[in-house]
Amino acid sequence: MSGAHHSHDAAHHDAAHADHGSTKSYLIGFALSVVLTLASFGVVMSGAVPHDLMMPGIVVFGVAQLIVQLVFFLHMGTSPSQRGNLAIMLFTLLILAIVVIGSLWVLHNMNVNMMHPTSQMVPVE
Amino acid sequence: MSSPALSAHHGALDGISHGGDAHHHDDGSKTLLGFWIYLMSDCLIFSGLFATFAVLANATAGGPTGKELFELPFVLGETMLLLISSVTFGMAMLNMHAGQRGKLLAWLAVTFVFGAGFIGMEVYEFAKLIHEGAGPSRSAFLSSYFTLVGTHGLHVTCGLIWLVVMMDMIRRHGLTDATRRRLSCLSLFWHFLDIVWICVFTFVYLRGAI
Repeated sequence: MSGAHHSHDAAHHDAAHADHGSTKSYLIGFALSVVLTLASFGVVMSGAVPHDLMMPGIVVFGVAQLIVQLVFFLHMGTSPSQRGNLAIMLFTLLILAIVVIGSLWVLHNMNVNMMHPTSQMVPVE
Repeated sequence: MSSPALSAHHGALDGISHGGDAHHHDDGSKTLLGFWIYLMSDCLIFSGLFATFAVLANATAGGPTGKELFELPFVLGETMLLLISSVTFGMAMLNMHAGQRGKLLAWLAVTFVFGAGFIGMEVYEFAKLIHEGAGPSRSAFLSSYFTLVGTHGLHVTCGLIWLVVMMDMIRRHGLTDATRRRLSCLSLFWHFLDIVWICVFTFVYLRGAI
């Protein structure tokens, strides 16, 4: 009985270890995050990047850092213990995309089709 | 075969005989799943605030724009503080799993210092903006900016309070199943706030400065 408990303990401990990362994985995640943060700020602050490429640049580096932190800090993955969390997160991303893209789309169309806002709001001199 | 009363009695006996081992059956995974669902609903709050900010980002009402107000080197400093605090929390969690109570408390204290530094910089930034006449009532852009960034700041402040409570709890009770479970929840919360901050500096500060 105690033997069974011990093996259960060991299995549990191994699973926990796999789920919670190691010093190395945290440091790799940290290094990648620092590089991606500096890259994001560098795109805007250095002045070396053409204006048209700035927005795509910061979005790409931002999304890359989101994935890095989800994997290395929050230990997201496709392991059986993480699948539930991953499914919930993907559903949340769907709702999030509907809210954000939907708001921008609807209000952009409204702005285009209404009278120009500045002509209404700024008093004529 | 057995009446409900009998099986309940058996269950109680079972509970007593395995009293010390009861925690093997509750590894806190359900609590963590529930907390994850809370975090995702928090994520939806932020998505609403981000959508509001994105819609109002150009509604400056003749007031200062993000490009004039935001100081990117300062924001880079804030970002680094929060990022470092995320890693130090990771180190704290590794020590928790290793059962190193002293090191765990030390890393939590370091995390608190970096988190408090972040909040200090943010409060300074807000005070400076308000002092310059760019407070939340100046324009729709600034209202949505203060709401979005302020909501994130309030979350981090709650995280700091929670951190202090957990440090005291670990000092008093040691590394029990309850303190481990709660610290795991706080760890998720803290890393989640770092992830929200990536979206803040990308879509508020950097996009505003382009």
